[in-house]
Amino acid sequence: MRFGRPGLISDYATDIAIFRSNVARFWFAVLLVAVTVLGLGGSIPLGIMTISLDGESLFMLTTALFASIAAIGLNIVTGVAGQVSLGHAFFLGVGAFTAAVIGGAGEVRRVFDLQTGQFVEQVMLFGLEMDMLIWLPLAGLAASLAGLIVAPIAFRLRGLYLAVVTLGLVFIGEHLFREWDIISGGVGVGRPTPVMSLLGFRFDRTSEVLGITLTSSRKLFLLALVLLIVFGLAAKNLLRSKIGRALSAIRDRDIAASMMGIDLSRYKTIAFVISSFYAGITGALIYTTIGRLLPETFNLLLSVEYIAMILIGGVATISGSIMGAAFITFLPLIVRWLAGFPVFSFISTQPGGGFPTVAHIEEILFGLLIVVFLIFEPLGLYGIWIRIKNYWKSWPFSY
Amino acid sequence: MTQFVQALLNGVSLAAVYALVAVGFVIIFKSTQVLNFAQPALLLLGALWVTHFATAVKLSFWVSLLIAVVLSAVTGVIVERTALRPMVGKPIFSVAIMTIGLNTVLTVFALGGLGIDIRPIGDPWGIKTVSIGPFTMAQHRVAAIVTAIVLVGAVMLFFKYSRMGLAMRAAAFDQEVALTQGVSVASVFALSWALSAVLAMFAGVFIGAGVGIDRTAAVTSLKALPVVIVGGLDSIGGALVGALIIGIVESLTSTYQPSLLPALGTGFAHVVPYLVMFVLLLVRPWGLFGTEEVERV
Repeated sequence: MRFGRPGLISDYATDIAIFRSNVARFWFAVLLVAVTVLGLGGSIPLGIMTISLDGESLFMLTTALFASIAAIGLNIVTGVAGQVSLGHAFFLGVGAFTAAVIGGAGEVRRVFDLQTGQFVEQVMLFGLEMDMLIWLPLAGLAASLAGLIVAPIAFRLRGLYLAVVTLGLVFIGEHLFREWDIISGGVGVGRPTPVMSLLGFRFDRTSEVLGITLTSSRKLFLLALVLLIVFGLAAKNLLRSKIGRALSAIRDRDIAASMMGIDLSRYKTIAFVISSFYAGITGALIYTTIGRLLPETFNLLLSVEYIAMILIGGVATISGSIMGAAFITFLPLIVRWLAGFPVFSFISTQPGGGFPTVAHIEEILFGLLIVVFLIFEPLGLYGIWIRIKNYWKSWPFSY
Repeated sequence: MTQFVQALLNGVSLAAVYALVAVGFVIIFKSTQVLNFAQPALLLLGALWVTHFATAVKLSFWVSLLIAVVLSAVTGVIVERTALRPMVGKPIFSVAIMTIGLNTVLTVFALGGLGIDIRPIGDPWGIKTVSIGPFTMAQHRVAAIVTAIVLVGAVMLFFKYSRMGLAMRAAAFDQEVALTQGVSVASVFALSWALSAVLAMFAGVFIGAGVGIDRTAAVTSLKALPVVIVGGLDSIGGALVGALIIGIVESLTSTYQPSLLPALGTGFAHVVPYLVMFVLLLVRPWGLFGTEEVERV
């Protein structure tokens, strides 16, 4: 029945379909076309205002799209499989540094004593300068290898013990990144990021593609869009496959799941490996886009940021992960915009200003939003969206 | 040999600080089934109050300590009442993540009050030392050990012999049954948060005593998490043993690793607690004294 009651699901195929109706398919296509047009440099008139993307908003949206990939990964292990992982920052770091070593340039650094000007030591930074076709998959694979190594500790533990172990992982990883300076370049200095060159096609330069001149930031945006669609659809398909169902069964009740023949250690390992692959890909790309790769980035706060993304966006949903990642990425922009209002004039916009600086408010909002969403809307932005949709579906009736 | 004993002594005093934080974790976990990731923030806030009243307001250290005890207890109760109470009955993961959110918020406020510089805590021990034979020990370390023994001992006696302690054990065992027996579970929750906030505050004072307190205290207090995991999440005795193990191993590492194994990098001692935790969990997934969970479908 195509024209029956909307939302009536009468067979299993409809229930697990990616798009439940042609309307959803249509709006997804519209959104995709609109975002692509914006990315190519076009502008869309929308009633009273015209939307176009450039400069900071384009850059932020690019990082948001890249962050979404890792958020989807975290959502697979934490949202779908129910294994709380505070170690996402570690996997991001593994991906980022693998990419930088394989795809970035090497460097010889001479360290001089600042006071005496004497030569202290020579640091060789390792770098192979390979193509993106090699470093991008390898970044993902290296991260998933790290996930595979951690998994045996992880699947023996449950619940809170796992959360603490993954927290420990972040600290050990941070120590490793800080101290292993032939790989990471050392604290506060960092290392060159990989070259964005895919089979000779340079993402970091302006060039003409199919008759349209594209700057590097527009190319990166389109790359992020394509990758997000690929990884998003892959995750969506994973969730409606046998693996996805096994993972949700583990989340709902792991003992019951194992009674039904689900191999707990196998599926928990799969969840960790896939999730860290996603994190590795994001780690490789997002810091290349930002252009700075510092070993101290990958700390507990970064993990908490990703936890906030999936909680605020929507646990165990793909679209929720994307909404959450976008929201968290744009949070600094939102706070700065708020600080412009006279009511919020107590927020100082200078980094060295008085107590509540923009960065402080941002951190407070992270925490506060986690708390508020957990108490009032555990389904996150996705839940709010569903509620709005249902409201209009039955309008003017309340049910 | 002298160096070794010295390292052991330092380890024990480190263990005292860890034990104070760790027992706070265990109290909250036992009575409310919540792993409180906000403990580092409570510690920073507590230490902030002591420094504020002792150095900025210039009250005597002991008076400031008393005020800080009251304020910490009140903070604990407020946090429990506003943020944790609505989460009763929700999955433990959600609650744990919510305390991470709380920690982020409270830490920003504590650090905002604390400023970026290292602040002296205004303690009477300063850099004075006591010597027994060839061994010297900073007075504040001795004070930390004594305080930890007294406070943790008092908490254990309280749980064992007082009426309220019995109520708390009952609530930890089964909240609903405790309710039907007339135990006020609400006040049990409030009391356990107040208790662990106060313990965290004392830990903060001893982290800051002598050297002063800054943002790194939060990292130090997070190392109490491997301590409770090693000891077992629901055992106060386990937390003490865990604190001793982790404190001594960390102190020995920081004494010997820079000369014996410099390849592991500076500050390796700070990650040793987590490595000990990993190794132990591979052998005993429930910690040394934790109750092995038996579950029915």
